[in-house]
Amino acid sequence: MTAIVLDQVDEKKRRFLIVATSAAGAVAAGAVAVPFLGSWFPSARALAAGAPVEIDVSKIEPGQQVTVEWRGKPVWVMRRTPEMLAQLEKNDGFLADPQSKSAKQPEYVKGIARSIKPEVFVAVGVCTHLGCSPSLKKEVGAASDMGADWPGGYYCPCHNSRFDLAARVFKGSPAPTNLDIPPHRYVNDNVVLVGEDSKGA
Amino acid sequence: MAVLNKPPVTGAGPFNGILTWFDQRFPLVALYKSQVAEYYAPKNMNVWYFFGSLALLVLVIQIVSGIFLTMNYKPSAEHAFASVEYIMRDVPGGWIIRYVHSTGASAFFILVYLHMARGLMYGSYRKPRELTWIFGVLIYLCLMAEAFFGYLLPWGQMSFWGAQVIINLFATIPIIGEDLSVWIRGDYNVSDATLNRFFALHVVAIPMALLGLVVAHLMALHETGSNNPDGVEIYENLNPKTGTPVDGIPFHPYYTVKDLVGVAVFLIVFCAIVFFAPEMGGYFLEYNNFVPADPLTTPAHIAPVWYFTPFYAMLRAVPSFFNMQVWGVLVMGGAVMILFALPWLDRGKVKSIRYRGPIYKGFFAAFVVSFIVLGYLGVEPTNVWGEFPKAVPMIGGDYVATWVARVLTAVYFAFFLLMPWYTAADQEKPVPSRVTW
Repeated sequence: MTAIVLDQVDEKKRRFLIVATSAAGAVAAGAVAVPFLGSWFPSARALAAGAPVEIDVSKIEPGQQVTVEWRGKPVWVMRRTPEMLAQLEKNDGFLADPQSKSAKQPEYVKGIARSIKPEVFVAVGVCTHLGCSPSLKKEVGAASDMGADWPGGYYCPCHNSRFDLAARVFKGSPAPTNLDIPPHRYVNDNVVLVGEDSKGA
Repeated sequence: MAVLNKPPVTGAGPFNGILTWFDQRFPLVALYKSQVAEYYAPKNMNVWYFFGSLALLVLVIQIVSGIFLTMNYKPSAEHAFASVEYIMRDVPGGWIIRYVHSTGASAFFILVYLHMARGLMYGSYRKPRELTWIFGVLIYLCLMAEAFFGYLLPWGQMSFWGAQVIINLFATIPIIGEDLSVWIRGDYNVSDATLNRFFALHVVAIPMALLGLVVAHLMALHETGSNNPDGVEIYENLNPKTGTPVDGIPFHPYYTVKDLVGVAVFLIVFCAIVFFAPEMGGYFLEYNNFVPADPLTTPAHIAPVWYFTPFYAMLRAVPSFFNMQVWGVLVMGGAVMILFALPWLDRGKVKSIRYRGPIYKGFFAAFVVSFIVLGYLGVEPTNVWGEFPKAVPMIGGDYVATWVARVLTAVYFAFFLLMPWYTAADQEKPVPSRVTW
């Protein structure tokens, strides 16, 4: 073995080699991480799930709500009474976004009722705050257990977000936006298909 | 070659031969001396010094009971809930293994909170032990992750909706949030994919990180030596003959024996809970978690397990601004992350609360009260203390508890953020040169 003579060591070259080797190693490690991190995205099976759901709305009594599962989430279908629809307009002053300008909803869901047919209301029952499912508090006033001035709506038990019967959020709630409306269309007068609209979304 | 110069092991009777064989191939005697028999700890450590060794004991309990639970648990959305019930009812001794594990989770947090309180009181995070403190905070973070991932596994209602809320915290991050939460879940909703990966993280990934950090925590501690209730550095006062601290005693046998007393007392309490109150009135095992997960119905009142509730109360107290709700998440995250900065926020000249002035003591008391009351408020629904009377009719009034939580959140942060000023301005007492007790 020959002893290393210090003045013969090319420090510059040595530092360059250390940096180059480390950089190449870091790039390789980063590249190896890609498939591992990528494996956390939804699998092909999870993507394929989520077929549209059919609901026969003729069987829903006025003032009644049914919940169906679509893509693992609760979707509400509610038949609103004329009184409930009349109340929506009076809520506007208390709402954060009465015209649903920042809400996620299809174009064909317009106005304050947020539905295709005014009485049949379809919404994703997932709070836009942190994803709990609000409960229906449809009674007006103290009977709802929500205080004497409650106009009827939805209440999220997790963090007290409040919504009216068009799932529009009341001011002062932690939820930032109105609840989402899923794409949906009427197959015939009585049957709603949730998860698909006329454009085939 | 060191092996030629090492003296043979003595004092182990018939084992001298085999130990000598080992010692010549492994630093057996050197490690034993440096870490145990000749590791000098201050002689005035009090009852607050039990909790570190007890937390280590609980880590072992959790690993052993956890290994046995995985032998019968099935990490799938379809079978998870039933497999836990199977463990409870049909597996011989399964119920005690599970109750040991579930009680161990809460015990771990009780011990770690007491251990951290000790560090705060006696200034154990101060120079030169900043790194020990940082490794400790990392252990605390791992512990929270471990508890969160583990809580999904029974696949009850609280498991499901707790995970739903916590994962959605990430969705509040602007721009990338939505995709990030899908990436964490592996689906658009908390589902089988989520459960399966949380199982992997709970059983393999986080425990390995935890073990590594515990080793680093102890190595850093043994490099600087332990602090004590007086905050006096015992290595500054050495016995000139032996070169060991005059106020120090060897860890073994003195503190190993003392810690055994702590272990005995702890196990009495631990067993009493396992046998007589494993649910602890709904605090250790929440009642809603005895209902299988239902993605369509949120329970009427959801709250995390007690050890997360101080931070959960902060999250709930912060309203949304500018159509964004990320602020509550930032406050909650900041409340934990600020612990890392603690060694550099404290400008006091003394370490221990014994010699601190009245301002620090006031802030410390307010901090402890705020943490405990926030913990209580996080368990209860927000309307627990009613609403303020309303001057104008409005929908959804202001809850008293929400405003109390806001004030207490400010107190919590004031303890840390104002620390550079109030610790420097305080009237501290002189520190003795030797430890007292």
